[in-house]
Amino acid sequence: MKITFPHMGNTFVCVKALLDEFELDYTIPPYNNKNALEIGSRYVPELACLPLKITIGNIIQAWKEGADTVLMTGGRGPCRFGYYCEMYKQILDDIGCKMDVITLEWPDKGLPELLKRVKRAAGTINPYRIIKAVKNATQIAIKTDELEKLSFFTRPREVIKGTTDKIYGKFLSDVQKARGSRQIKNIIESAGNQLINVEMKKDFKPLRVGVVGEIYSIIDPFTSFNIQTRLGNMGVEVDRKVTVSNWIVEHMIKNALHLPRNMKFAYEAKPYLETMIGGHAQETIGYSALYAKQEYDGIIHIYPLSCMPEIVAKSILPQIQKDYGIPVLSITIDEMTGEAGYITRLEAFIDLLYEKRLKDKSTA
Amino acid sequence: MPEKIGIPRGLFFYDFFPFWDTFFNETGFEVVVSEPTNKRIMEQGLKYCPDEACIPVKIFFGHVLEIKDNADYIFIPRYTSVSKGEYVCPKFGGLPDMIKHLLADLPPVISTEINLRSSSKQGKKALYEIGGLLGIDEERTREAGCKALRAYYEYKKILRKGFLPLDILDCHEENKPNINIKLKQSDYTMKIAVIGHSYNIYDNFACMNLIKKLRETGADIYTIEMADEEQIENCRNKLDKKFFWYFGTRAMASAFEIIKNKDVDGIIYVMSFGCGIDSFTAYLIESRIRKETNLPFVVLTIDEHSGEAGFNTRLEAFIDMISWRRNNEDNVPAYGQHVCVCESPT
Repeated sequence: MKITFPHMGNTFVCVKALLDEFELDYTIPPYNNKNALEIGSRYVPELACLPLKITIGNIIQAWKEGADTVLMTGGRGPCRFGYYCEMYKQILDDIGCKMDVITLEWPDKGLPELLKRVKRAAGTINPYRIIKAVKNATQIAIKTDELEKLSFFTRPREVIKGTTDKIYGKFLSDVQKARGSRQIKNIIESAGNQLINVEMKKDFKPLRVGVVGEIYSIIDPFTSFNIQTRLGNMGVEVDRKVTVSNWIVEHMIKNALHLPRNMKFAYEAKPYLETMIGGHAQETIGYSALYAKQEYDGIIHIYPLSCMPEIVAKSILPQIQKDYGIPVLSITIDEMTGEAGYITRLEAFIDLLYEKRLKDKSTA
Repeated sequence: MPEKIGIPRGLFFYDFFPFWDTFFNETGFEVVVSEPTNKRIMEQGLKYCPDEACIPVKIFFGHVLEIKDNADYIFIPRYTSVSKGEYVCPKFGGLPDMIKHLLADLPPVISTEINLRSSSKQGKKALYEIGGLLGIDEERTREAGCKALRAYYEYKKILRKGFLPLDILDCHEENKPNINIKLKQSDYTMKIAVIGHSYNIYDNFACMNLIKKLRETGADIYTIEMADEEQIENCRNKLDKKFFWYFGTRAMASAFEIIKNKDVDGIIYVMSFGCGIDSFTAYLIESRIRKETNLPFVVLTIDEHSGEAGFNTRLEAFIDMISWRRNNEDNVPAYGQHVCVCESPT
């Protein structure tokens, strides 16, 4: 059995740690690339959302490298993501890739089925080993996200342009070669130390922009055309509240143990969107309101074409823009999006934010 | 003068109108319904609705604008879930918020959440909440709710007989069909399954009179409303993972019925552009049907730019193909080997 799993930004780091912990044989698909998207678009129904297309591409690329089992998480809707696992099964079956799809979620048939799946994937249901592995993987997810956050801070402030990118790029390539959670943690730590010591401009106040939207398209650099790096290099400090570790802790662990979740965003979203409607719409609205209150300079909202929850969020965002006077840019992404047009829009938006800041300063 | 409650003729209108009609009439309100969709209604909706939304949502916006001046309240409940363990669609859940933030000058909007996901008892709670908002006492709400439920079951019963919602809801009192007569099977030349959201296939404007056109060719129509609870439960058990969409389960249940009985001559899947649920369900149904039967299957996608001529051409070609298949099919392909064996048509 050779396991593989779809990519989403840096998720591979913690999944790798998890699989290493059980000493399993696995292959990480090539990092998200144009080829994966092209393969995916060929087999996935046209109107399905972009993440499905890219992840199918990942899986088929891994299949060519000999993988035969896909690890996937599930969901209970109403966002389409919860049904990805079944789409994988059907699509892989239709195109003749003989692969098993193991969905790690609470199954319809209850606990025995879940244990069966864990046993199939991990080869053990020893609770001590599982808890230890999950704990390590979660810690790594949190550390990876902290590292990324640190890079958001240093990138606009660095004196020598490209220092952060170099350190971060080295981290990404090193971590793929590492084995075991201890090694991975060491790599993250050393990258973190290097980032802290990057020479930074003093008294420089970069523009602050919050990135909100559908989780896959904002976490995954390939999908969002490296928006975080790009903005950082334009001298903008980016903030993104939706992260992999947050998702693991809030959605998977706290949900499974029935612990109260951190619902600050829901409280902030309440005047605009009253209930959970699936996906990350409530987070999008809630965090946008939060960014506006924290006097960020602008908000960028990214989502894949035809994403159901984000369409609702998009129709509400203009109200937040009006209420707080914070500029919002909504960008739709699909496999047809041209990079140049996308960057033009970003640059125009950032220019506008600079102008707005100057104007606000002169009137204040 | 009783106060007027406006119910837009869109989205779940064709599923639940008889319920709300009875409920509000029994509690002493007058129900105002917008007229069937037309070009003006759609264009009004297009103006205000975000362009990525699907056509039924855009049309719904138009209907809201159409009745907002004639009603004292507008009834847009938040349909989070209408069946156990299933959601409707994220856009349904956020619809009242979208409407409130994008349309100005609306009369008070009743946007009570209807969430039957955990238990159907929540429905009662929602009714009392609506009653509370409108100042109806609990006793009267309860009575009206019971009557409304009875009316709804009656409506469902008629639908299972083979009548379609638009036969009952879209015509004037005098030419309503006599629902007591049994539909005669022998009058039809073929049976076509039309799978799609009720708000797409019964909206004669959105899907360009699909139902009427099919009937003119002498087709009996099977829709997903005709699948009963038992078949739906059956479908849930057959799937590895249950759908968490109200529509998905019902569409799949009718697909399973079609595969089991093979009593239809062709299947038309009506999809609205940009519909997330359709994009998955259509694929899953299509690949199942193609694998297990050799029934003709076509997906027709509709949006506000659909040209009727192109739509008609595809529909006519599909119907022609079915009738030619019936008359000329010999099951011998040109390359000399039977690829599939059709059941001999009767």
